[in-house]
Amino acid sequence: MSETENAELETFRNETRAWLEANCPPEMRKPATSDADVFWGGRNTKFSSEPQRIWFERMRDKGWTVPDWPREYGGGGLSAAEHKVLRAEMAKMGARPPLSSFGIWMLGPALLKYGNDAQKKEHLPKIAAGEIRWCQGYSEPNAGSDLASLQTRAESDGDDFVITGSKIWTSYANYADWIFCLVRTDPAAKKHDGISFILFDMTSKGVTTKPILLISGYSPFCETFFDGVRVPKSHVVGTVNRGWDVAKYLLQHERAMISGMGERGVGRPLGQIAADSVGTDALGRLDDSMLRGKIATFDVDEAALAACAERAVDLAKAGQAHPAFSSAMKYYGTELNKRRYEILMSAGGVDALEWESERSRQGARPRAWLRTKANSIEGGTTEVMLGIVAKRILDLPGA
Amino acid sequence: MALVLTEEQSMLRDSARGLISDKAPVSHLRHLRDAKDPTGFSKELWHSFAEMGFAGLLVPEEFGGSGLGHVEAGVVMEEIGRTLMPSPFLATSVVAASALARGGNAAQKSEYLPKISNGSLLATLAIDEGAKHRPLQTSLQAVRAGNGFKLSGAKALVVDGHVADLLIVAARTAGAAGERDGLTLFLVNPKAKGVAIERTVMVDAHNAARIELANVEVNADSVLGEVDQGAALLDGVLDIGRGAVAAEMVGLSEEVFNRTVEYLKNRKQFGKLIGEFQALQHRAAELYVDIEITRAATMKALQALDADVAKAASSVAVAKARAGTTATRAVQEGVQMHGGMGMTDQFDIGFFMKRARVCEELFGDANYHTEQLARARGY
Repeated sequence: MSETENAELETFRNETRAWLEANCPPEMRKPATSDADVFWGGRNTKFSSEPQRIWFERMRDKGWTVPDWPREYGGGGLSAAEHKVLRAEMAKMGARPPLSSFGIWMLGPALLKYGNDAQKKEHLPKIAAGEIRWCQGYSEPNAGSDLASLQTRAESDGDDFVITGSKIWTSYANYADWIFCLVRTDPAAKKHDGISFILFDMTSKGVTTKPILLISGYSPFCETFFDGVRVPKSHVVGTVNRGWDVAKYLLQHERAMISGMGERGVGRPLGQIAADSVGTDALGRLDDSMLRGKIATFDVDEAALAACAERAVDLAKAGQAHPAFSSAMKYYGTELNKRRYEILMSAGGVDALEWESERSRQGARPRAWLRTKANSIEGGTTEVMLGIVAKRILDLPGA
Repeated sequence: MALVLTEEQSMLRDSARGLISDKAPVSHLRHLRDAKDPTGFSKELWHSFAEMGFAGLLVPEEFGGSGLGHVEAGVVMEEIGRTLMPSPFLATSVVAASALARGGNAAQKSEYLPKISNGSLLATLAIDEGAKHRPLQTSLQAVRAGNGFKLSGAKALVVDGHVADLLIVAARTAGAAGERDGLTLFLVNPKAKGVAIERTVMVDAHNAARIELANVEVNADSVLGEVDQGAALLDGVLDIGRGAVAAEMVGLSEEVFNRTVEYLKNRKQFGKLIGEFQALQHRAAELYVDIEITRAATMKALQALDADVAKAASSVAVAKARAGTTATRAVQEGVQMHGGMGMTDQFDIGFFMKRARVCEELFGDANYHTEQLARARGY
């Protein structure tokens, strides 16, 4: 990097820091501790607090809900280096993401790569502005890890497709405005070949959703049913019957998102959280040496993974990333997050077992613990991820 | 700072790899071991290292060095790790050169650093005393005598100790073992009266020695840094060494892993390539991820050292701890997946296992550094 570029980046850093200092409300500089703290946007959304609204609107107006998207689509138009600076400065002050959205994390990148001009203009600005909340129609009751065996069919009828079938594990389908969905457009083709990637409005006639009660007592996922849903053919992203390419590209982004889930949860060092309930010895050390060792090993691995996530972004920007590397990150990040919550449950002891009390914030910790068990299943199981690494990165033989 | 090598760093890696893979493949180490070579490394190759600017890689240009940073030193260490090349690079060019450059006065720097850069002086840090790396437990005594000091005590795992021209000895000038205050570094001539050096042939066939000092007299000019205040200098120098050893372990891990994956693609059992078995595929995939994560953590630590050695401790602890567990896993899987072949001396895999074990002990093992991180985080 030249000296001029360095100087420009330093100017950007100073300006960014000053702007964040002036514009991020103090309430938004603490880690989110409940679902209400997270703003997802959408037609029917409400802000849970005034600071949440102010923070979101200021960031949206600056294009920083999606800092590295082009300005014409409501993004901030930042370069890779500037985006890294913004992330670092936000992390330094503990600023929350202003908007959480599957549109930002998953659909947006796929549309930027595979969408046509009309689709980009129609959808990207609404994602950036948090106007439309998206959900993902991938898994089906009989197509989980083996995603490409999906059966939801889209039959051609003039300018439309007519969609019939059902999806499962559709995250927040009951709150979503639109869905990006994998459908079978050619039942005669080989299983990866006859699939299309299509977008439609969840208020379309024939769409119903049914929340699924999970072991955590929450229902973040739904069953979603399509009964003759009519969708214009112009809503297909990419080429008809080539939807698997779009799906795979999007999955890389989904896996990167899931691998980073743990980073958003907890603010204080795990060892100090544990010390609150377990206590300390005369030297001020956690009074459970086996647990202390587990936590310290966890901290080593977590810090190392954070470096690897940073490097993965840098490698991608430098054009040196392996396309399947997100599978590696997904496997490790989700297993690590499960470890985090096993430690938190062990550290919490009896206190971490309460399920309903005010004291326990309605069992926030045990429910979050149970939620993490899905991390290594959703978006491709750990076993599927390891298989992808073995075959696509290591080039090991076999089916 | 992006966590990828710059163009210049990639070129450095290519030239280091070219030289090392050409002149010092694993068979080079095997030959030195089998011949019971008294030096334990190739002087000719060290001369080439000096000519290429590697010997003085970290030495400032005003003292004849290349004036490069810890990321660059890590690049060379990683290549050394790939072929297990025995070389004075770690002890002389990384650890001792850093101790002199960071702690030396003008006279000490101009006497020793140019000689390190041109390859004519070998130097080493003598730190460990007990079975485990515990710098603050240093109890080798230095008592004032006239204008100088008298040193008495013993050191172990002194890398290149039997060939070094200069020893940098950590000693206690005040306080008791375990205390931070009262540590002092001394420059000691290995030929001085009262110095006894025993070469210790190690499991990895690399160089090390035990050194005993009995009333060794040194003058006041031999103090490196400040009397009683050596702990801060030592912390920085040790962290620099730890970052370098972590880089060596990344190179070692990746090489043993590549050889193992290659074997999985060629070895047939039960009518199949063993790499088709999912039990082995998943273990190989897990190991790959472990190595990638450790590589990133090591690069992060080396960049942190380049930014500010005094603030790099936690990043270095993470890197050395990860490097230890990752290399251990890599060599164990390497031997296991090579089956009976992996147990034979004729096969190279065992050399990697032996070197990994020594690297793990050098400057603190994974347990030591994990403990350091826990203390730094206040629990």
